[in-house]
Amino acid sequence: MSESIIQMKDVNKWFGDFQVLKDINLEVKEKQKIVVCGPSGSGKSTLIRCINRLEEHQKGQIVVDGNELSEKTKDIEKIRAEVGMVFQQFNLFPHLSILDNCTLAPIWVKKTPKKQAEELAMKQLEQVQIADQAQKFPGQLSGGQQQRAALARALCMEPKIMLFDEPTSALDPEMIKEVLDAMVNLAKGGMTMIVVTHEMGFAKEVADEVVFMDEGMIVERAKTKDFFANPKNERTKLFLSQIL
Amino acid sequence: MININILKPNSDNFQTYLYIGSGFIFISIFDVILRSFFNLNFSTSLPGILNFFLPLILGLVGFQMIRLEYSGNRIVDKINESVNNNTFNAGLTLLIIFLTLIATPPALNWMIFEATISGDTKEACVATKGACWTYIKVWFRRFMYGMYPNDFHWRINTAFITLIGFAFVGYFMRGKLKNYITFYYAIFYPIIAFIIINFLISGGSFGLEWVETNAWGGLSLTFIVSFFGLIFCFPLGMILALGRRSELPVIKYISIGYIEFWRGVPLITVLFMSSVMFPMFLPSDAFVDKLIRVIAAIILFEAAYVAEVIRGGLQALPRGQYDAAKSLGMGYWRMQIFVILPQALKLVIPGIANTFLALVKDTPLIFVVGLSEVVGMLQMAKTNPKWLGYAMEGYIFASILFWAICYAMSKYSQYLELKYKTER
Repeated sequence: MSESIIQMKDVNKWFGDFQVLKDINLEVKEKQKIVVCGPSGSGKSTLIRCINRLEEHQKGQIVVDGNELSEKTKDIEKIRAEVGMVFQQFNLFPHLSILDNCTLAPIWVKKTPKKQAEELAMKQLEQVQIADQAQKFPGQLSGGQQQRAALARALCMEPKIMLFDEPTSALDPEMIKEVLDAMVNLAKGGMTMIVVTHEMGFAKEVADEVVFMDEGMIVERAKTKDFFANPKNERTKLFLSQIL
Repeated sequence: MININILKPNSDNFQTYLYIGSGFIFISIFDVILRSFFNLNFSTSLPGILNFFLPLILGLVGFQMIRLEYSGNRIVDKINESVNNNTFNAGLTLLIIFLTLIATPPALNWMIFEATISGDTKEACVATKGACWTYIKVWFRRFMYGMYPNDFHWRINTAFITLIGFAFVGYFMRGKLKNYITFYYAIFYPIIAFIIINFLISGGSFGLEWVETNAWGGLSLTFIVSFFGLIFCFPLGMILALGRRSELPVIKYISIGYIEFWRGVPLITVLFMSSVMFPMFLPSDAFVDKLIRVIAAIILFEAAYVAEVIRGGLQALPRGQYDAAKSLGMGYWRMQIFVILPQALKLVIPGIANTFLALVKDTPLIFVVGLSEVVGMLQMAKTNPKWLGYAMEGYIFASILFWAICYAMSKYSQYLELKYKTER
């Protein structure tokens, strides 16, 4: 493995008086797949939203691909363009067709020529198997299709890192698999991924390491096999016994 | 047990009751028609009060007889559900029908049958009891063009026809040109409009005689004021709405201050200030035309309202849309232009239409600074010694004009709403 693409050092964050992140230290190497799990309210989402600065941390240091994130960061847009994100609620743009959703940012942010952007978008849509829906609007698609479209949209920016914020939590059970399959494919392609999820099957299949969070702290971080086989922390054991 | 209430139908005898009941309702309405249209009354033999209320009583009996839930007849069910669900509502229904019938003949008589439109002077109307449309006919050009010289009315007509022509250019923009459609309407079209109005209606060059804006008036002035008011208050309002939601305190508080100031003062004082006070602050050799000052005042005023309407739309968007746009690397302006505003504006079409209608109907207020659009010309005509006493006709005429304009705008906004409807 090469050097770290994401480094978080003693990151702290408060919402008002409530401390959501407490001294987070996390390093992610290139092409590593990390699954973050933990009970709700433990700060998982906030943690990955800090990585592309949708949330601002108040103390500590976050370095993404050699750029430190702080108030002084001028080109936050440039960093965000390299960090793709998939949301729990899909967040497709409802007024644009699926194809336009995928080409909007490449055309206007990366200045890709329209034709080239559309070709790339079609390729990504084919990867997630919804190329035939390209001309439809988000409202006409099922939840699973929307989430795959959202994944394709993020990939059209050709990011170096992909963040997933509970991508399957808002889906019906039978649609979860199609989204997870698309994510597994992506993982096999060698993408750096940080995934917040409760899908432990997915974690076992693709994750290199699992991070367990509780009350804003990283309680345990271990290789996937070790994490499931013999968790060290009591809290982790309890969580796993409930979820598996 | 015997059914004591003979007026109450049941499912077995409903057919009979339906025939008798609708017969009663028909007779009651027919009686009112005879009384109001033909001045005939067949029940004069009855005592006075009974005679007067006979149609109402017959109608109520009729409605009582057809009131049955799930009668099996779709039309009857519909009537029972919407206007005949109890005796009180049946009475209200009848009263509304009767009042309409009673009011129709006099209204028609006044407006059409006994009205006059012939002749060119007030004398033509003296003999008639009805409306004097002659008055409208004689003053028609004034109502349309104000005090603009008669010989030059073609200039106003040409200008408006050209403007309408340019407005349709967007329909013929195809292919690559289509990308510039917003640019055309937002920037190019207002400039064209200003140039056309400046050269054709105002004149002063190309051999066209100069007509000062004081002489402009009537419906054409309504159009000019509304037109510039509408196209400029919208972008200004949009910027203010964004400003009010900005994270930069200076911009935010300037926007809030602006909006709260202009929403807090009455339009009439703003107009007055723009025409009387504003020139005092200018250097003595500077001159801004009164009409431009008034239009600017209306734009600044209405922009505050538009801003608040648009802000409502911005706040209705879920935070996820902002997150998604940001996560794709879009900066503030790209996010607003491509993601946020298109959705927010779509949501507020009804509110914007509302504000625009109010703007059009506020234009008569420019009379306080001596500019006379339709209603202003009406005031002038009605106080003309030769034509005293015909205010009613004038106001009806103006109402019809404004109603037609506003209804067209309202219909157009509904069309836009439908066109840009998207499923979430």
